[in-house]
Amino acid sequence: MIRKLLRWLAAALVVGAVIWWIGAGANAWTKTSVPVPRTDEVTGITVNDYKRHFVPGLEFLAAVVAVSGVIAAFSFLFPKSGPARGPGENLTKESDRT
Amino acid sequence: MKTNTRIYLSLALGLVSFTALAEPLIFDFKDPKGINNANFKLDAPLEAINGNTTGISGKVTFDPADPSKTKGKIVVASSSLRLPNPMQQQHMQGDQWLDAAKYPEISFEAKSLKNVNTSGDVTTADADGVFSLKGQSKEMTVPVKLTYLKDKLGARMPRMQGDLLVIRATFNIKRSDFGINAGKMEEKVSDAIELSLSIAGAAPR
Repeated sequence: MIRKLLRWLAAALVVGAVIWWIGAGANAWTKTSVPVPRTDEVTGITVNDYKRHFVPGLEFLAAVVAVSGVIAAFSFLFPKSGPARGPGENLTKESDRT
Repeated sequence: MKTNTRIYLSLALGLVSFTALAEPLIFDFKDPKGINNANFKLDAPLEAINGNTTGISGKVTFDPADPSKTKGKIVVASSSLRLPNPMQQQHMQGDQWLDAAKYPEISFEAKSLKNVNTSGDVTTADADGVFSLKGQSKEMTVPVKLTYLKDKLGARMPRMQGDLLVIRATFNIKRSDFGINAGKMEEKVSDAIELSLSIAGAAPR
């Protein structure tokens, strides 16, 4: 159960990160600030003020894929879950018989 | 009639002498409003880099009666150059590229103007001067547009009186001309750098 959950979590992280990256403009580099134009009325000069805003880039995607890989690898530490296949493997049923 | 003529002559002479004696104005480009800015753009085959700075200072001498005599120096603080990606910014200012700690200033000193064309308050010209970057200087000619805004300082800075001078310039430099990793990484960091300057200086009275 935990094994599956971790793998789903890893997949969801990668899919979510890709959707966010594309939605934010599919930038090559991660940005931690974005320009906001401001114009001086007297001189007509426009300047880009930068406000703090996280925009994911490819290195962010790579980091998420790496973390997801670790989570997926971690899932192998947990035993497989599933229906019992042989006699004696399902203790509940064994105890029910006695 | 004679009296009127004398008055007109006196006024005309006064105006002529005032114009002749009018001293050039010194405009200070340290902008407390943080509007003055320069943009830089590098368009390499694999990567485009766009950044800007508002760390601009300098003084320009401008004579409204004779814009061709304009001269001055504009300075950009190397450490004020900004990129949206913090790692790129750190690399740009590091010793491999601009070495902002060792070379804190980028400047252009205009020594003379040529091809001067004035129409109303707007003057276009080619400024001959020296561009300095990372400790190396190169003589360059930069096309400039000067807009003289008489008595407009008060509209921008309340409780102050004076004039404004707006300077706009767009030109290209090559990083290889200034010893910045010449011939290296040009697929990602182009050799040509487009610089675009929009600044306003104040001459208070």
